[in-house]
Amino acid sequence: MAVIETRETFVGTSVKRREDASFLTGRATFIDNLTLPGTVYMAVVRCPYPHARIASVNLDAARAAEGVVAAFSGADLAEDWKGSLPCAWAVTEDIKMPPHFPLAVEEARHQGDGVAVVIAESRALAKDAAELVEVDYEALDATADVERALEDGAPLVHADLGTNECYVWKLETDGVQAALDAADVVVTRRYVQPRLIPNAMEPRGVLAQVGPTGEATIWSSTQVPHILRFALQIVLGIPEAKIRVIAPDVGGGFGSKLDVYAEEALVIALAKRLGRPVKWTEERSENYVATIHGRDTVHELTFAATKDGKITVVKSEAKCAMGAYLQLVTPGIPLLGAWIYNGPYDIPNYSVTFTGVFTHTTPTDAYRGAGRPEATYVLERTMDALAAELGIDPIELRRRNFITEYPAELASGLTIDSGDYHASLDRLLELLDLDSIRSEQTARREGGDTKLLGVGFSTYNEMCGLAPSRILGAIRYAVGGWDSATIRVQPLGSVQVVTGTSPHGQGHETSWSQIVGDQLGVALADIEVLHGDTAVSQLGMDTYGSRSLAVGGVALVHASAKIVDKARQIVSHQLEVSADDLEFADGTFRVKGSPEREMTIQAAAFQAHSAHNLPDGMEPGLEATATYDPPNFSWPGGAHAAVVEVDTETGDTRLVRYVAVDDVGAAVNPMIVEGQVHGGITQGIAAALWEEAVYDEDANLLTTTMTTYLVPTAAELPSFETDLTETRSPTNPLGVKGVGETGTIASAPAVINAVVDALSHLGVTDMQMPATPERVWRAIQEVKA
Amino acid sequence: MIPAPFDYEVAESAEHAIALLGEREDAKLLAGGHSLLPAMKLRLARPSVLVDIGRLAELSYVRDEGEYVAIGALTRHRDVHHDPLLQEHCPVVSFAAGTIGDPQVRHRGTIGGTLAYGDPASDLPAVMLALDAELVVRGQGGERMVPASEFFTGVFQTAIASAEMLVEVRVPKRAAAGWSYTKMTRRAQDWATVAVAAIVERTNGAVGKASIGLTNMGATPLRASAAEDALAGGATIAEAAALIPDGTDPSTDYAASADFRRHLAKVLGRRALEEAVAR
Ligand SMILES: Cc1cc2nc3c(=O)[nH]c(=O)nc-3n(C[C@H](O)[C@H](O)[C@H](O)COP(=O)(O)OP(=O)(O)OC[C@H]3O[C@@H](n4cnc5c(N)ncnc54)[C@H](O)[C@@H]3O)c2cc1C
Repeated sequence: MAVIETRETFVGTSVKRREDASFLTGRATFIDNLTLPGTVYMAVVRCPYPHARIASVNLDAARAAEGVVAAFSGADLAEDWKGSLPCAWAVTEDIKMPPHFPLAVEEARHQGDGVAVVIAESRALAKDAAELVEVDYEALDATADVERALEDGAPLVHADLGTNECYVWKLETDGVQAALDAADVVVTRRYVQPRLIPNAMEPRGVLAQVGPTGEATIWSSTQVPHILRFALQIVLGIPEAKIRVIAPDVGGGFGSKLDVYAEEALVIALAKRLGRPVKWTEERSENYVATIHGRDTVHELTFAATKDGKITVVKSEAKCAMGAYLQLVTPGIPLLGAWIYNGPYDIPNYSVTFTGVFTHTTPTDAYRGAGRPEATYVLERTMDALAAELGIDPIELRRRNFITEYPAELASGLTIDSGDYHASLDRLLELLDLDSIRSEQTARREGGDTKLLGVGFSTYNEMCGLAPSRILGAIRYAVGGWDSATIRVQPLGSVQVVTGTSPHGQGHETSWSQIVGDQLGVALADIEVLHGDTAVSQLGMDTYGSRSLAVGGVALVHASAKIVDKARQIVSHQLEVSADDLEFADGTFRVKGSPEREMTIQAAAFQAHSAHNLPDGMEPGLEATATYDPPNFSWPGGAHAAVVEVDTETGDTRLVRYVAVDDVGAAVNPMIVEGQVHGGITQGIAAALWEEAVYDEDANLLTTTMTTYLVPTAAELPSFETDLTETRSPTNPLGVKGVGETGTIASAPAVINAVVDALSHLGVTDMQMPATPERVWRAIQEVKA
Repeated sequence: MIPAPFDYEVAESAEHAIALLGEREDAKLLAGGHSLLPAMKLRLARPSVLVDIGRLAELSYVRDEGEYVAIGALTRHRDVHHDPLLQEHCPVVSFAAGTIGDPQVRHRGTIGGTLAYGDPASDLPAVMLALDAELVVRGQGGERMVPASEFFTGVFQTAIASAEMLVEVRVPKRAAAGWSYTKMTRRAQDWATVAVAAIVERTNGAVGKASIGLTNMGATPLRASAAEDALAGGATIAEAAALIPDGTDPSTDYAASADFRRHLAKVLGRRALEEAVAR
């Protein structure tokens, strides 16, 4: 491994993001900025009912409309599909995996299910003509409620399955029941976690072109160009080798673009049929029904504990909405949290059960945190419930249960490599000044103030850096969890870095160049990072699950080491010294003991390319590829606190302070880390106080626009106070853990715990997310009554 | 996101706009566009032609007319908010305009547009109702004056006839009165869940006579007459506030149920009256 001996490193400094120059000056390239000569535009006709039989589709009027090139129903295109849109995670052997084709043919199963497409010379003409498609729907009963969907006689999403139960998955250690029986106290709570809409700033978009010999190029606003490529072979039958997927600048994803969507297959099929490039840009309201949602679970969580607060059992039973179909990883989302239902606590007995449930709704899938916010929410809420039950301070209760020795083998079977949960909590309490908050809280209560204060905590950990491929195999995930890097030192010494990760806002170009800059001792300006094009980056598993740095970033280190090794051999040959006698630092090889004899890595690169004088048998060029499969997950953790002010007369709840101390391992770029923490926290707070996809009894989505689905803005939020504690991960040479999801995982329970804390003296013990003014006010009325 | 097809005409004067409106039955005036364009993009509104009055500088003004302040229909919320004349004589108007949406909305949206749209969740309608403002409506046959109490006729409905336009709003000067516009929103830029406008004449530091306007408590902006009468009859603020929901018919939506809105109207009403008396 290349070791930096003398020079200050780039890693660990807040280098400004090189991406921002183009983003901030409007020169980024998003799908909607791309057009090829002859491009035609697709509009999708979507079912307005939550569930309907499609009696007929009449395309005559649409086909006759101005500018229309073609129009197709689901039946018209059925022969184009060689396979269903894939679901890569059959979580159990007997999971029910109903087929899911890009357009519905006989039955539509959620609002927004595509039933026909219209292709026209402009986007507006396609949209106008789509209104002329006459679909004869016969509306059928539907439900959007996970609990109702499991009742006898519930409307079935897939009638042929005879049930809405998709799977039951269970992980349980021996002796859970005995430990429950032996416990001093048992606390069980029920939690509803609402459905969330990811709201990437850029909705999805796709553009496809198919050449005369069947080679297909697709530009997609996706997080997963590599996964998309092989999925497209499955759906379309085009050999992967003939498919090129390009993810240009991608305006956010939060997991919603970690997927393979109907429209991606449709534009290729249509481009092939029509011999013209086909483009589709999602509308915002369309995004609300056609792009995956997150969460939507009902949990029952049980803790058993001794009377001095040592937790002996965690047992979770959850019903998790799948929606109407299984998208790429829909059934696996709960499992991403399955191993952290103990959180940062040492709990010897462990039982987690998930029931996947079909409902007549847009499919769910990965949304920032994916499975781990759900787990952390029920865990941290129940921590407070247990503390209240035992009369132990919630902070003290957490401390009594923290894992303190590493590696920590969990009852669930995994091993946490490192951490220091006390250290994060200590630092949090330093920043928070809890005493003055408590005295202000008491003063307001005693003074009869209608604006009460509450403070809530969440100490958490997460399992990310997805993922050791063997473990993925063991839990029935279809693909691997490795990633790759290729480094090419050019003849004159500049460096191309090709990564298999696919950034969509995370600043990989900056952080990756910091890592390679250190490893090779070259200037940041001499490093170019390439990504997001399967013709450029052949190998990769893309970006999601806080995996890019802990997997793809580590691959950079391994590839750099190979470069340095080869360069060392060249230098050794040219200077006629043993390779062992060369030191490498700051991009220069020096002979030990006579440092005036030296050669830079750039000079070595020139020698490698001129090939005039290489060691016998050495291939010219200075390029290396490394594929890294992590031996373990990575385990960030930390402590968060929220302070809220609740207006007891109106229920209006405002966040007044938010303090977060995270341990994400080594921070490659602290500024980028901070950005991720802020954004992540905001999304968790959003779930706690504002966001909720609301359906009526008949499964009609009511929150269909940004006017009613309340994404908070900077105006609603205080300035967050953040800090880091650091325990380096011993699992990888960078010591990194991942930061993309920490904030979202930690923040929602801290906020809700704070709301409950504000009202606890009145007798309020529970609050459902989001804590809307009406819910808060009603909770107060209930305890008054 | 993409409206249905429409034609577009630029009006050169109010008369020109009115003439253009008369030519096509489903023509619509386009002022700030911050209600109309979102509705068109969702294809909820489908005018065949837009008559753009957004450039009519002649209709953007705030003037002292002695008894009242006249506001041209094209005056932007931002300008209403910052106008010194309004701040002095009708402070509740400029204050309420400053609570509309966000800076972008306030720079585009117009007072004429917000009144003509007839959205019961909008802020200035209830304020105008509480102030007994008068609205000047012009048609091919000339101008007529409509009191605010007769202007708002239903959800998205007003007394403006199809080939008419609102040209001016006349707000009585009430510099001496205490005032408040107390608004609760989910997010800063949202429409009011409920808001209460209170204009109060003080006698010996207590409420003498009050006008109370309600935002988002029914199909139109409403006056809380029962509460106003109670105050005139000597009731305390708390007693009167309890009567504010009388005669209202709020809706249930994403922000609140009807019942909760009735409750909020009492709390916000009490707070508004207390603030008005003190200011
Ligand atoms: C994000 C957002 C937040 C908002 N928040 C608020 C809020 O908190 N409170 C609030 O009150 N409003 C809010 N609004 C609405 C905003 O105030 C609008 O600007 C206003 O309601 C309409 O004014 P406009 O000039 O934009 O009218 P337009 O959208 O141009 O027109 C609205 C309607 O009025 C008609 N019209 C316009 N001018 C005239 C006229 N002179 N005579 C006759 N008819 C006319 C039009 O034909 C159209 O039917 C918000 C809007 C947005 C987009």
